[in-house]
Amino acid sequence: MDLPVIWFVIIALLWLGYLFLEGFDFGVGMLLPVLGRDDTERRVLINTIGPVWDGNEVWLLVAAGATFAAFPNWYASLFSAAYLPLLLVLLALIGRGVAFEYRGKVDSVRWRRNWDRVIVIGSWVPALGVGLVLSTNVFGLPLDARGDRVGSAFAAFQWPALLGAVAVAGFALVHGAVFLSLKTDGEIRVRARVLALRVAPVALLPLVALLVLVQWREGFTWTVAPLVLALVAVVVALLRLRVGREGQAFAGLGIALASTVVVLFGALFPDVLPSTLDAANSLTVSNASSSPYTLGVMSWVALFGTPAVLVYQAWTYWVFRKRISTAHIPPVHVP
Amino acid sequence: MDVLDIARWQFGVTTVYHFLMVPLTIGLALLVAVMQTAWYRTGKPQYLKMTKFWGKLMLINFAMGVVTGIVQEFQFGMNWSAYSRFVGDVFGAPLAMEGLLAFFVESTFLGLWIFGWERLSKRVHLACIWAFSLATMASAYFILAANSWMQHPVGIEYVNGKPQLNSIWELLTNSTVLAAFPHTIAGCFAVAGTFLVGIAAWHLARKHRNTPADDPDRKVWFASLRLGGWVGVVAFAALAISGDLQSKLMFEQQPMKMAAAEALCHTEKPAGFSVFAYGDVQRPDCENVKSITVPALLSFLANSDFDSEVKGIDQLVGEYQARYGANYPVDPRLGELSGRPIDYVPNLPVTYWGFRLMIGFGAIAAAGAAFALWVTRRGRVPRSRWFAPAALLAIATPFLANSFGWIFTEMGRQPFVVAPNPTGVDGVWMYTAQAVSAGVTVGEALFSLIALTTVYGVLAVVEVFLLRRFVRAGVEGVMPPPADPPDPSKSDALAFAY
Ligand code: HDD
Ligand code: HEM
Ligand code: HEM
Repeated sequence: MDLPVIWFVIIALLWLGYLFLEGFDFGVGMLLPVLGRDDTERRVLINTIGPVWDGNEVWLLVAAGATFAAFPNWYASLFSAAYLPLLLVLLALIGRGVAFEYRGKVDSVRWRRNWDRVIVIGSWVPALGVGLVLSTNVFGLPLDARGDRVGSAFAAFQWPALLGAVAVAGFALVHGAVFLSLKTDGEIRVRARVLALRVAPVALLPLVALLVLVQWREGFTWTVAPLVLALVAVVVALLRLRVGREGQAFAGLGIALASTVVVLFGALFPDVLPSTLDAANSLTVSNASSSPYTLGVMSWVALFGTPAVLVYQAWTYWVFRKRISTAHIPPVHVP
Repeated sequence: MDVLDIARWQFGVTTVYHFLMVPLTIGLALLVAVMQTAWYRTGKPQYLKMTKFWGKLMLINFAMGVVTGIVQEFQFGMNWSAYSRFVGDVFGAPLAMEGLLAFFVESTFLGLWIFGWERLSKRVHLACIWAFSLATMASAYFILAANSWMQHPVGIEYVNGKPQLNSIWELLTNSTVLAAFPHTIAGCFAVAGTFLVGIAAWHLARKHRNTPADDPDRKVWFASLRLGGWVGVVAFAALAISGDLQSKLMFEQQPMKMAAAEALCHTEKPAGFSVFAYGDVQRPDCENVKSITVPALLSFLANSDFDSEVKGIDQLVGEYQARYGANYPVDPRLGELSGRPIDYVPNLPVTYWGFRLMIGFGAIAAAGAAFALWVTRRGRVPRSRWFAPAALLAIATPFLANSFGWIFTEMGRQPFVVAPNPTGVDGVWMYTAQAVSAGVTVGEALFSLIALTTVYGVLAVVEVFLLRRFVRAGVEGVMPPPADPPDPSKSDALAFAY
């Protein structure tokens, strides 16, 4: 395998890490008004991701940064062509990050209610937006020979991509509910599990539809295998959840997500960003990548950097492994 | 307005805004780590209180630094896609390294520090804030290496019309970043030092004029003020030394920026340093500019030699035209600039005054810090009425100095986005006008600029409101009063929770 292909795989893995980790963060945010019936309960929900959400978000930054370094043309074309969805993602992430930090800093019902709204919107919009951008990337954009978008600012909002948006948001919703059943205790835990079971058949349907559509329009014979694995993993995850094995259900969803990413990026290869105007304009692994020297440098950085990141992030999850419940929430103490 | 103007405004607005949060985070992170180390070593309660109080302000500010940073990372692709394609092979690497080697450490260990007060041993917990602090500086190094490459491209060869990296080591040890890093970090400590002085002085002057010297809260504010004062004074010395170094490099690497910084229209030998100009600095021919100068000082700044020649704008314009061309290439993407003459003179009022305001506001900050140290010598508490408000007001000065420093650096580079390296590989430079995204519409860009500016404006109000509340409440705002007996039924309650 040559370096550009390896970097294509690394970028797929970075997106997988991002969707897995921030996926449940988003789910928790989306479920804030549903599962958190009073302020203490909402604080329980937020504190399940309190120490980790920022570290999870960095996966997005590194996915973008690595794309810039390894495939500058891909980064440039995708980010400028999918301008509006990315801007909405940015605005939502700005609000969300600030909301977590500021929500508890003033002891007022109105203050908290407003920030809660920001968290809910700030979790739905980026989940939808990232789903939209990733699936647009698979189905292609109207790019000219230089890789610039021609046509309207809404070129990214095509129906297959909109399906992708709902697919990722639906996944995040279920993933977040299962995560909460794993990280909380008491009533919230039960409620989260029941909710996950109840919404999953509907919420995961768009993901299944997306997979089938990608397979049908862009797939290869070999991508059927991960597709089937994704479907099986979803079913197994829900079955395990029914018998109360939350950890296994969570892992099952992880496998489903990993298989989904394999299907999406597998169907994309050897393109990195197809042009819907003319196949000759498509950006490919070989025509969009950086020089061998740069890729070599980045490979060394990744080789030493990534294991370290995985170790200390895993350690963080270990340190905060305890389930939390309303009993653990300290009284509000702010000026 | 075209996409180019909008994109430039957006980059300027969002980056200057980002850099209001950045220096406070970088500066406070290290100072909080030092405070916590003092507590770990001595066990004295005032150091714990200092850690908690200043740590809380750091967190309120940090959140804003993070969310505004994400915008930076994305806008290279969104607004500057032609730039990203041209420089990606070189410029992407330090950006990706910043994420992988610095942002991960930063975010993870800060999470551990915030929530780990009771979960981690004291030693490990202390290590977390140190890891965070070092990572903030590492992130600064990588991003400044990227920025310095735009000022002075090194470590490359020219292949197929594009720069290609051939030495990451040269990029990371660019003489420009070796000077810009200490300068920028010192600027961060100037901010943090003045911040400590201002807030501590206000508390001391307001509440502790007559409290006994061993009152624990008084000790908190007194120690914070002294620490901040020293940090502020030393930071300014470091700024002056590193800034002098930068001037010498700038003289070699971007002579036009140097001439613009001085509004030096004609070559002089020896050249004087202009302290203050009146008249119309706008015009590159300097017809009616009069200025108060210190004779021969500029020659010394540029060359360490009071007698040397410094080139003026008129001579440089000719040299630039000869080397880099007199006209923009004919390219429809350049819009009305296509084929037109290139204006090599940066915006003179901005560069001239930016440079002076940077130094001037920094000097005010340093003088304030020195004054605060003087009036608190040997345990005194200042009694003057205007001391507290003046100290609070002084907090703004190093922020302003930093902003003007960046505005000067970036505007002085125009019309280039990647400035040519006079001794480097030929052909590697890019005009800002060529860098903007070609496919993006004015509507999109304008919506983005307005939306981001509005959100930033609202959030600025919120941040200042919160900082004010926590500043006023002092130590009690961040530590539950010891009078509250711990609730035995909640013995395993989280020590910290959102
Ligand atoms: C990694 C690269 C990088 C870094 C670290 C910075 N800049 Fe920069 N700056 C650019 C890369 C850049 C750029 C992409 O190259 C811009 C956009 C348009 C241009 O001319 O240069 C620019 C423009 C630009 C402008 C507008 C200039 C103009 O349009 O005439 C301002 C005011 C700043 N920057 C300010 C800053 C500040 C306050 C920074 C501190 C955080 C900063 N820059 C760091
Ligand atoms: C224009 C170029 C810049 C880009 C693309 C950029 C990118 C980013 C990003 C993506 C983040 C968020 C990281 C997180 O989630 O933890 C961030 C935060 C940060 N950046 Fe920047 N940045 C730029 C300029 C700078 C400069 C010049 C410095 C320092 C000298 C700096 C220092 C920091 C620090 C310390 C943080 C941590 C959060 C905080 O500021 O409070 N950045 N930056
Ligand atoms: C005391 C005398 C000072 C001198 C001689 C000086 C000199 C310089 C020079 C020459 C540059 C431009 C470098 C370039 O474009 O290549 C610069 C940039 C800058 N200065 Fe200063 N400076 C001084 C004080 C300060 C102070 C007090 C602050 C802030 C508190 C500050 C903050 C900055 C910043 C943020 C930049 C932009 C980043 C960089 O290029 O490093 N400077 N300074």
